[in-house]
Amino acid sequence: MQITEHKPLIVAFCCNWCSYAGADLAGNNRLNYPADVKIIRVPCSCRVNPMFVLRAFQKGADGVIICGCHPGDCHYTSGNYYARRRMAMLFSMLDYLGIERERTRVEWVSAAEGAKFSATMNDFVEKVTKLGKNKRLEDLRCKK
Amino acid sequence: MQRIGVFVCWCGSNIAGTVDVKAVAEALKFEPGVVHSTDYQYMCSQAGQNLIKDAIKEHNLTGIVVCSCSPRMHEATFRKTAQSAGINPYMVEIANIREQCSWVHKDMAIGTEKAIILGKAAVAKVNLNAPLTPGESPVTKRALVIGGGIAGIQTALDIADAGFEVDIVEKKPTIGGKMAQLDKTFPTLDCAACILTPKMVDVAQHEKIRIFSYSEVESVKGFVGNFNVTIKKHARYVKEDLCTGCGACVEKCPQKKVANEFNLNMDNRHAIYIPFAQAVPKVATIDPSACTMLKTGKCGVCSKICAAGAIDYTQKDEYIEEKYGAIVVATGFNPISLEKFDEYAYSQSKDVITSLEFERLTNAAGPTAGKLLRPSDGKHPHKIVFVQCVGSRCSAGAEKGKEYCSKICCMYTAKHAMLVRDKYPDTEVYVFYIDVRTPGKNFDEFYRRAVEEYGVHYIKGMVGKVTPEGEVLKVQGSDLINNKQINIDADLVVLAAAIEPDKSARPLATKLTASMDTNDFFTEAHPKLRPVESPTAGVFLSGACQGPKDIPETVSQAGAAAAKVIGLLAKDKLLGNPCVARSNELLCNGCSNCEKVCPYGAITYIDKDFRMPDRTTRTRRIAQVNPAVCQGCGACTVTCPSGAMDLNGFTNGQIMAEVDAICK
Repeated sequence: MQITEHKPLIVAFCCNWCSYAGADLAGNNRLNYPADVKIIRVPCSCRVNPMFVLRAFQKGADGVIICGCHPGDCHYTSGNYYARRRMAMLFSMLDYLGIERERTRVEWVSAAEGAKFSATMNDFVEKVTKLGKNKRLEDLRCKK
Repeated sequence: MQRIGVFVCWCGSNIAGTVDVKAVAEALKFEPGVVHSTDYQYMCSQAGQNLIKDAIKEHNLTGIVVCSCSPRMHEATFRKTAQSAGINPYMVEIANIREQCSWVHKDMAIGTEKAIILGKAAVAKVNLNAPLTPGESPVTKRALVIGGGIAGIQTALDIADAGFEVDIVEKKPTIGGKMAQLDKTFPTLDCAACILTPKMVDVAQHEKIRIFSYSEVESVKGFVGNFNVTIKKHARYVKEDLCTGCGACVEKCPQKKVANEFNLNMDNRHAIYIPFAQAVPKVATIDPSACTMLKTGKCGVCSKICAAGAIDYTQKDEYIEEKYGAIVVATGFNPISLEKFDEYAYSQSKDVITSLEFERLTNAAGPTAGKLLRPSDGKHPHKIVFVQCVGSRCSAGAEKGKEYCSKICCMYTAKHAMLVRDKYPDTEVYVFYIDVRTPGKNFDEFYRRAVEEYGVHYIKGMVGKVTPEGEVLKVQGSDLINNKQINIDADLVVLAAAIEPDKSARPLATKLTASMDTNDFFTEAHPKLRPVESPTAGVFLSGACQGPKDIPETVSQAGAAAAKVIGLLAKDKLLGNPCVARSNELLCNGCSNCEKVCPYGAITYIDKDFRMPDRTTRTRRIAQVNPAVCQGCGACTVTCPSGAMDLNGFTNGQIMAEVDAICK
C-alpha cells in the first residue's frame, strides 16, 4: 500500500507592521518554508477575530497561526496583548473540542526576524503534518 | 457585482522563475467577478501601469487585483495607478506572490498552486471592497529632534533653515553628543571641536530652534502631523535664563571628587559643573547625587558665589507639553560594556582602555591636556597595541558581542595610530585586525598612509589574552599571515569596542511605536528606498540610532531626514488613513467594550433618537468613531459582542472571504 504524504493547509494571520514584514524579509533572504502556509494580512494581531480561526478550521484548515509584534512593540501599543488573551481563551476551547494544541499557535515575529518567521513556519508545518488531517471541526456541508 | 481585473506580474524572473504566471492569470479568469486577467513582465513599470489603466477603461473595471511583490512595496503605486484611471484607490488589492511565494518556494508546480490560491483570496477580498475616502487632518508645523549629537544638530539646522520651528531634546546637560568627545576626525584629521562647536553655536543662536537640554521624552501621543509630546525637563537646580556660564560656582564648589563622565571617568569634576568649555547651553548643572547642599542641606557655596542669583536648590522636574508634526530620532550610540571581555584585562588594568577613552587622552581638552600618558602611572607609553573588533563581528550564537561590524573602528584606529606616530615617533604601534575595512571616500588612502608613511605595524590576527604583569601588559596574539604566535610587552592596550544603540532607544521606540531590529537599532521603512523614515508615519531616523555610521554618513543621513521632515511640514493638510473602524449604529448596543480597548480614545458615545416600527421614538446610546483619531488596529471589531464594529479595508466579511478562498 502506498501512503501519500498528507499536505496540511495552514492559515497564517500576520500583522502588517511586524510579522508580515518579517515574512517579506524571509522572502528577501530566500529563507524557504513550506508552501502549505498561506498568509492573510491584518493590520494588527488584535484584528483576528476568533470567528476567523473557527471558520478556517471549519473550512478544512489543519492549523492556524497568528503572528504579531513582540510584547511591548505593538504598532498600536497594546493590540498584541489583546490577541494573546483572546487566543489563549479560544485555543483552550478548541482543545476541548478536540483540536490539538499543536494546531494553533500565537507567535511574535518582528519585522527584522525573517529567519524566525521561516523557522517558525517550518516547525509549525512539521508539527501539524504529524498530527494529520484535521477532521474535528470540519463542516461536511462545506465539502464540495 | 464587481468587475475585477487581475494583473499578474513576472517581476522579470523573480516571480516568473518559480511561478507559472500565465497559468495563474488563466486560473484566475474564472473566479467570481473577474472579467479580465492578464500578465506582464514588469507591472510596476510605466508600461505595466498603462496596461492597467487601459484595461480599466476598456473593461470598465471596478476592482483591481495585482499579483506581484509585497503590498508594502508597491501597494501605493498601484493605488495611484487606479486613481489616475478613475477608480477608487482602495479598490486595489495585492496578492503577494513574490516575497511570500516565489522567493520562498523552489518548485514551480507548488509555487504556481500557491500563487493561484493567494490570487483567489485577493479576488475574494476585492469582491467585498468598497470605495474609501481618506479624511484630512491639519499639520503642526514644528518638528521634534530627539538627541543633540551631530545627527540631531544637523537635522535641526536643516529643518530650521527651511523656516520651520524645531525643538531639540537632549538628555545630557549639553548638546554635542559623542562628537564633542572626539579629538581629531578621519580622514582629514581636522579637530572634531573645530567643526562641531560652530554648529552648536548655530543651533543656540537660531531663532527657529529651541534646546531642551537635560531633558527626556516622557510620552508621545497622537499621529503623523499631530503628535502630542510630553518632555520631562530634569531639575538642574540652576535657572537657565539667569546663568551666564561664568563658571565661578564650579571653581568654588567644595565637592571636587565626582567622576567626570565627559572624560569617561578618567578624572574628576565638581558637584556643580559645565561638561566642557564650549557646552551649549553654557549653563551650570548641579549633580544631585553629589551636591552636599541637596543631600544634607549644609553648604550653599555656589548660591553665595553666583552673582546672577541663578542657583535654585528647590527646582523640581518640569513637564512640558508640546505639539509636533514630525519627530526625528537621533539617539546615537555607545560603546558596549566590556565586562564580558575579560581576556583583554579591561577591568584589571587601568592601562587597558577603550578607543573612546583614548580620544579623551589625546584630546587637548581632555584629562591629560592632550599628552598621551598612561592612566595608571602618568608615564609616556612606548609600545601601544590596538585591538580591533572587540565585540564586533562575533558569531551568531556567541554569548557575548555583536554580530554586526561597527564600521567606524578600522578608520578611527588608523587615525589613533597615525596621531601617536605623529606626536611620538619613538612609540611603536601595533594593530591587530581581522580585516581592515575602508570603503569610504579617501578612507583606504588614509589607512595606507598609516602603514606606509607612519610605519604602523598592522598584524592580521586576533589577540587571545592580555595579562598585566608589573608595569607591562603581556599581549598574546596570532599573526595569521606569517602563521606564528606573537607576544608583545605593551605599555598601553586600546580596545576598539563595538558600538551599540543608546540604552534610551528601546523605551523610546516603545513610546513612538517605532520598530527596532534585534540589536535595538531603529528599523527603516525600506532598507534601500526609504532609509531615513521609520515604518511609523511621521517618525524619521537620523544617525547611528539606525545603524553604525561615521560622521560624514551621519551628516548626510541627518540632511536626508530633514528633507523628509520639511516635505511633511510643508503640507497644510495630510490625508489620513481611511482604513478606520466604523460602527453600525443599528447593531450597536452601547456596551462600551470598544471604548475600553481603544488605545487612542477614538470612540465616544452619544445618545441618538431612533424611530421605532411602532412610530415611537427611542433614545439609545451608541458608539461613534472619530476617524481622525482612529488608527485602524481593529481591536474594537473583535471585542464588539454585537458585531456592530467593523474595520474599513479589513472588514469581517473581507477577511472571512479570504479564509474561505484559501481553505477552499
